[in-house]
Amino acid sequence: MTSATNVPPGAQDAVSFYDTDPHEHPPGQSTMLGFWLYLMSDCLIFAMLFAAWGVYGGSYAGGPRPSELFELPLVAVNTAMLLFSSITYGFAMLAADEKKQGATLGWLAITGVFGLCFLGIELYEFSNLIAEGAGPWRSAFLSSFFTLVGTHGLHVTFGIIWLVTLMVQVSRKGLIDANMRRLQCLSLFWHFLDVIWIGVFTFVYLLGVLR
Amino acid sequence: MSDTLLKTIFGRLTLESFPIHEPIILGTFIAVMLGGITLVGAITYFKLWKWLWTEWFTSVDHKKVGIMYMILGTVMLLRGFSDAIMMRAQQAMAFGANEGYLNAHHYDQVFTAHGVIMIFFVAMPFVTGIMNYVVPLQIGARDVSFPFLNNFSFWMTAAGAVIVMASLFVGEFARTGWLAMAPLSGLDYSPDVGVDYYVWALQIAGVGTLLSGVNLIATIVKMRAPGMTMFKMPIFTWSALVTNVLIVAAFPVLTAVLAMLSLDRYVGTHFFTNTGGGNPMMYVNMIWIWGHPEVYILILPLFGVFSEVTSTFSGKRLFGYTSMVYALLVICILAYLVWLHHFFTMGSGASVNSFFGITTMIISIPTGAKIFNWLFTMYKGRIRFELPMMWTVAFMLTFVIGGMTGVLLAVPPADFQLHNSLFLVAHFHNVIIGGVMFGAFAAINYWFPKAFGFKLDPWWGKVSFWSWVVGFWVAFTPLYVLGLMGVTRRLRHFDDPSLQIWFIIAAVGVVMIAVGIAAFLIQIFVSFRDRERLRDWTGDPWDGRSLEWATSSPPPAYNFAFTPVIHDLDAYYDMKTRNAGRPLTGFRDIHMPKNTGTGVILAGLSVAFGLSMIWYMWWLSALSFAGILAVSIFHTFNYDRDFHIHADEVARTEEERTRILANAAAGA
Repeated sequence: MTSATNVPPGAQDAVSFYDTDPHEHPPGQSTMLGFWLYLMSDCLIFAMLFAAWGVYGGSYAGGPRPSELFELPLVAVNTAMLLFSSITYGFAMLAADEKKQGATLGWLAITGVFGLCFLGIELYEFSNLIAEGAGPWRSAFLSSFFTLVGTHGLHVTFGIIWLVTLMVQVSRKGLIDANMRRLQCLSLFWHFLDVIWIGVFTFVYLLGVLR
Repeated sequence: MSDTLLKTIFGRLTLESFPIHEPIILGTFIAVMLGGITLVGAITYFKLWKWLWTEWFTSVDHKKVGIMYMILGTVMLLRGFSDAIMMRAQQAMAFGANEGYLNAHHYDQVFTAHGVIMIFFVAMPFVTGIMNYVVPLQIGARDVSFPFLNNFSFWMTAAGAVIVMASLFVGEFARTGWLAMAPLSGLDYSPDVGVDYYVWALQIAGVGTLLSGVNLIATIVKMRAPGMTMFKMPIFTWSALVTNVLIVAAFPVLTAVLAMLSLDRYVGTHFFTNTGGGNPMMYVNMIWIWGHPEVYILILPLFGVFSEVTSTFSGKRLFGYTSMVYALLVICILAYLVWLHHFFTMGSGASVNSFFGITTMIISIPTGAKIFNWLFTMYKGRIRFELPMMWTVAFMLTFVIGGMTGVLLAVPPADFQLHNSLFLVAHFHNVIIGGVMFGAFAAINYWFPKAFGFKLDPWWGKVSFWSWVVGFWVAFTPLYVLGLMGVTRRLRHFDDPSLQIWFIIAAVGVVMIAVGIAAFLIQIFVSFRDRERLRDWTGDPWDGRSLEWATSSPPPAYNFAFTPVIHDLDAYYDMKTRNAGRPLTGFRDIHMPKNTGTGVILAGLSVAFGLSMIWYMWWLSALSFAGILAVSIFHTFNYDRDFHIHADEVARTEEERTRILANAAAGA
């Protein structure tokens, strides 16, 4: 739309002040932007939890230290589970773009299984720590560890609930536009959790053990 | 029944939790109950429930959601102001042998509730409500980007307000001050339900605030009318955009810090405890990293309001529009670089304190630029001193003083003296009342005719104006004086009788403000009664300049039958000067979102969840949380969320408007 502030007299009719052409706004045109904004706000929650880890990561209060608690091989397996789940979610989106409903559902199911494995290993790790007397109430270090890792795990849990819901919806309605948008949102969410986990793996586990 | 069973069902809620032995609370409870029964009875008698449910509660129309926010803010203003009167009365009498009428337990709850309610449930609903109502109209949109989310956001804010109100009659509220500073707010020092009420009210309302922030950013970025580039956006919309960026970038911090506080209280973690490696100053830092941007979240939308009002009532284009926008952006960024000035006394050292002192002083530069721009807008303008303009001028005079005392507090050595004193209390009331409240009243008087089709009565408006403005100065100048003398805040009783006169003057001021609030309510009542006298048929009662004045008052559900095309910053002024006619034919079906009750249901379940967490009724927490999940998932299975307003209906509405406009022109 060009600026028309200097219209010569008599030429006003040439300027349109209302859009009278028929056109429909595509539904959901703001959805991806809105979801991005939500994700960035979620990212800030993690930023605060990382900040808490940064401050409390060395506050052992006479209790156990990361090097005595963390089992890196287990965490490596766990990380692999989450990274694989991201790849398989990518395959699900590729299949969805090609409108292959069966393949989409299949890859989504595999993604969900990887996600469940990740959660299972995390819960196993948490229960071991608590059994060793290293629960979140032991020291500020463990408080911030459980809160950061647990919040990530909670996000994965909701992601899996969302994933199952979407699988039902895709199998009932097919890969219609609304469902494609939802798949894209969950895709962003899922990969976002992966990115957060990279931070957790690096700053909490790897650097924690070095402390 | 056995004790264990009772405990399982009711958690820590017992008969002693009901404060029937406190005559003040009992009296309030009886009055609220009588009022509530009358209201419910009246709604039932006039058979208004169905109308309320279908036309308002479940409405996804941004205009109705906006009005509901304003009503919520007004109702909560009465509650928050009652707390203010109680505090002023207590402090005016509690000298020497006189203990006043409030015990310490009660007084501490009153000042906490006053702060929490005024910030979260008065100021926030007011600014959110104004943005919700005005922004889509100003950018020529039919609604916000996510209409259902908008309705849900409102109800979550209302749910938070319900939880705060419940604390008045069941159990007690926090006795910690409005930011619930650790370790006082930890389990060791606040073992009762007060802080839990605080946490859950804010967490639940915070969901609403955050989502409404996301919603309005997406709306402003994605839904502007063709031709409205970023630098042709009305200045109020700009201020709304910046505000919502601040909301989305600040409220998650509050969510995180309150979550950590509740983990300390529920799980026994050691974030903010004195023991176990915790650090209470971490809480202070984190809450102010949210808290300082929050004060800009409150004031920036009102800066936008003042800009619109000054320009309209001076009959001139806003002076220095571009610099106004950049000032907003600079304030937005600096808002994140000053939080430590709230606790210079933490002892972080001269270098750190200097940094934060200087960044704080720098904020006064863009703010000062805005003041000058408003003055230059008025310069050589044909100023009409209608109510919105009166509030704006009062704001400029009041806010400048509040800003200067703020710069004074930004000097760390001075702050060591004034920290936590009544000088500080006077300062932030000076900017919040002088800025946010005056701005809210300017906005209400300015946009009320748009929302309802008639102006607010000017006589009662002027009574309210003068009572507020004079009352504010009478109430808070004494606090400046007392603060300079070293009187600290939040005190219930004083020994030195020479101070009493100042508190009595302050109490007189608060009575004047009470008259101002009463006059405001009377103004609304009188205006509804005399609406035919105050009627505006044109939709443009103030000779406005931005797009919201281009449509009828109140606007139709679809706002604009045809999307406007923008050629100039003052889009509607441009249309008027170039005689742009409304299209009168060729109407088409208009695509609109359907109403839904899901928001109300989810917010109701959230209230149940919050209350059960506060009282340790774990079964109800599990049940209501499962309910929230189930209802949310169920909602996503509904793909049929929109409908079309038929072209015939649009044509009828628009023909009616054409007829009314012709009548108005003939009458004039």
